[in-house]
Amino acid sequence: MQAANANIAPADTTDYVTVFVGETMFGLTIDRVHDVFVPAGITPVPLAPKEIVGLLNLRGRVVTALCLRRRLSLPDREAGAAQMAIGLEQTGETFALIVDGVGEVLKLGAETHEPVPINLDPRWRDISLGVHRLDGRLLVILDVDALLAFGEAGRDAKVA
Amino acid sequence: MDDLLREFLVESAEHLDTVDAELVRFEQDPNNQQILRNIFRLVHTIKGTCGFLGLPRLEALAHAAETLMGRFRDGYPVSGASVTLILATLDRLKAILADLEASGTEPSGSDDDLIGALDRMSSEEAPAPAPAPVAAPAAVVLPPPVERELKPGEVSLDELERAFLEAPGPDDFALEPAPAPAAYAPAQEPARELPAFEMASDMAAEEAPEPAAPRASAAASGPAEGGEGAIAKAQTIRVNVDTIEHLMTMVSELVLTRNQLLEIARRHEDSSYKVPLQRLSHVTAELQEGVMKTRMQPIGNAWQKLPRVVRDLSAELGKGIELVMSGAETELDRQVLDVIKDPLTHMVRNSADHGIEATNERIKAGKPARGTIRLSAYHEGGTITIEIADDGKGLDLAAIRKKAVERNLAPAAEIEKMTDAQVAKFIFHAGFSTAKAVTSVSGRGVGMDVVKTNIETIGGVVDIATELGRGTTFTIKIPLTLAIVSALIVKAGAQRYAVPQIAVLELVRVDAKGAKEGANAIERINGAPVLRLRERLLPIVTLDGLMRGQATVEEGEVVESGFVVVAQVGRQRFGVLVDEVFHTEEIVVKPMSSKLRHIPLFAGNTILGDGAVVLIVDPNGVARLVGQSAQSGAAAESEVEEVETGDAKATLLVFKSGAGGFKAVPLSLVTRLEEIDATKIEWLGGRPLIQYRGRLMPLVPADPSIPLRSEGSQSLVVFSDGDRAMGLVVDEIVDIVEERLDIEIAADRSDLIGSAVLRGRATDIINIAHFLPLAYDDWARGPRKTTTKAPSLLLVDDSAFFRDMLTPVLKAAGYAVSAAASADEALKTLLSNPSIDVVVSDLEMPGRSGFDLVGAMRKAGGRLAEMPVVALTGTVGPEAIEQARSLAISDLVAKFDRSGLLAALSEIGEPALASAA
Repeated sequence: MQAANANIAPADTTDYVTVFVGETMFGLTIDRVHDVFVPAGITPVPLAPKEIVGLLNLRGRVVTALCLRRRLSLPDREAGAAQMAIGLEQTGETFALIVDGVGEVLKLGAETHEPVPINLDPRWRDISLGVHRLDGRLLVILDVDALLAFGEAGRDAKVA
Repeated sequence: MDDLLREFLVESAEHLDTVDAELVRFEQDPNNQQILRNIFRLVHTIKGTCGFLGLPRLEALAHAAETLMGRFRDGYPVSGASVTLILATLDRLKAILADLEASGTEPSGSDDDLIGALDRMSSEEAPAPAPAPVAAPAAVVLPPPVERELKPGEVSLDELERAFLEAPGPDDFALEPAPAPAAYAPAQEPARELPAFEMASDMAAEEAPEPAAPRASAAASGPAEGGEGAIAKAQTIRVNVDTIEHLMTMVSELVLTRNQLLEIARRHEDSSYKVPLQRLSHVTAELQEGVMKTRMQPIGNAWQKLPRVVRDLSAELGKGIELVMSGAETELDRQVLDVIKDPLTHMVRNSADHGIEATNERIKAGKPARGTIRLSAYHEGGTITIEIADDGKGLDLAAIRKKAVERNLAPAAEIEKMTDAQVAKFIFHAGFSTAKAVTSVSGRGVGMDVVKTNIETIGGVVDIATELGRGTTFTIKIPLTLAIVSALIVKAGAQRYAVPQIAVLELVRVDAKGAKEGANAIERINGAPVLRLRERLLPIVTLDGLMRGQATVEEGEVVESGFVVVAQVGRQRFGVLVDEVFHTEEIVVKPMSSKLRHIPLFAGNTILGDGAVVLIVDPNGVARLVGQSAQSGAAAESEVEEVETGDAKATLLVFKSGAGGFKAVPLSLVTRLEEIDATKIEWLGGRPLIQYRGRLMPLVPADPSIPLRSEGSQSLVVFSDGDRAMGLVVDEIVDIVEERLDIEIAADRSDLIGSAVLRGRATDIINIAHFLPLAYDDWARGPRKTTTKAPSLLLVDDSAFFRDMLTPVLKAAGYAVSAAASADEALKTLLSNPSIDVVVSDLEMPGRSGFDLVGAMRKAGGRLAEMPVVALTGTVGPEAIEQARSLAISDLVAKFDRSGLLAALSEIGEPALASAA
């Protein structure tokens, strides 16, 4: 259905990889997504910021796994629940964003885009770029750089 | 900037560095045509390329320098001044190159000063007819008068033309039909040349009249050797460092993948792919080795600048310094090389500046006038060792100790007990010797903290050996490479960790049940776990606890068995308790994510053969945490703990002596515990002695019934006060306990203070005061102290030892004891604390004596004028008695007369105390 939109205004559209956390659907611009994989063998890192669930081996590279739920201050998923990981890259480092599930890739134009509602929780607002109105549901677009900009503030507290 | 220029910059910078080093060598060995030809060729190359690229300033300078060097080839004597001048020219060249690199164009400016000086020196006549040069004078030497008339840029053009034709090397020059008389052309103007020479000298900064020429025997390194350099060059290519780094990363990953494949193959019976896998494994290993090799560079690359540095310093300071280098060909990882380059330069500079004495001092001390700095490097296991040794004045350890006490770097008592090597390491404290006090005496250490930090960041260690008047040797041990290290894989909690082997001293198995069988077991002091290891106490942290953010182990969650990884970082030793130890593995170190880099516990992470990611524990980080929490850091070194006065608990050392009885002594009095070889005991004048730390130490049995062993090992408890030490012979050292001390005064035995119940066992608390005079008749003459009785007593004695010794005695007698270390401190206490009823004071104290104290008290009037005083003295003479009487001192008691003191106190006691109460 979205493909129709794309044909009409190809210049204005952006591709988003959709991911799920609970019932909410989030979108990540596709050019920031390097991988989609099933995370396994995560080594927890003691004393790390709470968002970081650990390190994992992605084809010989050590990748820092970060949990979107914890980043959004949501409760952890139940033990044994399915999880997926999105490989993101920032300044030469690879991160794995742990989510509940990964959906299809959507091509969306500016006409469905809305700014972030001002009544959104500030923790969400800070890492959102906007919202797309889709049929029957909303898609929150995540700002990858803002998503990965954590830990700085909590650093001092951690060390102490 | 075009590629050509960039390449020129890189190449020229290298050439200039080589020329620097070679020139210094050449100055020592002016007849070595090989070196000269090499220098000549390099300068010539620079000149030629400059002309080609259109850089007139560089070209003119290089040309002038080359001309002068051409004269050296002709046999013109090499003087310090001329070398200094050429070195100055090279510095100018470097400065211009730096500008060129920054701006892309040659900076404007004039080099006439240098060129003029060079030319004048070139045209100066040789003082004595030089021996006929083997090689004909170089074609490049133009008659200087001609050159002087032309502008720098133009002159060399036709000459350059020729130079290019003559390329590639100096060997060709020799074959050239030479315009022989050229070099001697300026002979007509000898008078004019003289001032020129002076000018050249001026340029050499503060060159001494007879420039001290450092003899630098640079090792054969770099492209420097021989005329074949040109050929060798063609066989090397320049590769961008990033390319190599990338290659290294890829190979590391290949190694990991290979490891995983091997792991899988091990689990499968199917052998069809075992052979190709074997081959893959083989090739990978070779590839890894090959790539590692490309990263390896001879350490000489980091040393290249040092001869020049030492030469300049030597001239500047007016000291003769010789730099001897060996092992320059020792290879190490590029990354490591980069990190140690600056610290090495700094340390050599320090040795030259502060280590080596001025020439006249050296002569006075009967040493050779020239100081020597020896720089050497060699491989040792997986590490490389670099030594920087000077034969200078050595570190003044006494001054360092003093300074360390002043700066409060450690408790004074602890510093006193430190070994020389430990004390020397104080120079690595930030800002330690920048202060004048130490600089004027020993001088070392400006920026040494930075040196140490740099070395430690790459997992290296620095050690110092120094001998006053003989010199200092710094030993640096660093890993060969940072990329792959040997690590111990351990398990703590549910996780595995890698601990770099370089920090691990040993592994000790501990078991909760071991305690009874005499095996290793973890004990606790107020909950803090410690391990007794060869009669030293090692503070223990559990890795699992650290990972949960607590550096101390809480009672209850006790893991009593497992392995203790004994680690040493700097002078701190500690044990890390882990659940299991697997094996050692060569791991590829990967940096921590930027999000996790702030956690001090980890140095990086790696992927093991089974594909799992494990964290690499950073021993430095752990050491810092251990040091922060509790005082376990200090305990690691001195195993002496503070016994608190007042009602707090006392820590006691429990031992067995005679008839199986338990005895104890306050741990704060104990200097060390020793296990000596009984055959080392010597008898002098019927008394047993051993040689201990370069001195004779008398041995005294803790119980007359203990026979001194004649074979096997003998346990000793060492007590020391100032320079003196005594060994108390005991049967066995049992335990260290911390308990509230409730002493019951013993019957009439001077060797015991009393007895107490420790850990449910009746234990005699020994009176060290009884034993000291047995070792030294005059021990009492040193420091002294004062006690105050009943409700409150002030004990004044300058010796901490005697204060510690008498305090329990007086407490046992029912007094609340406060202590003062000097008359001044005592007065202050007396004025501020009205509850004090009686003073016990030593009479012989440095500064104000006990009499002075009492005099001051009497003058102060009021309460103090009336206060009873008991004086302690080593010698009771009529004069002292007279003076004591005049000051209304209640009693004079001999220093070790414990019962006399108590009797005197109880005598004054009743009325005084009654009124106080």
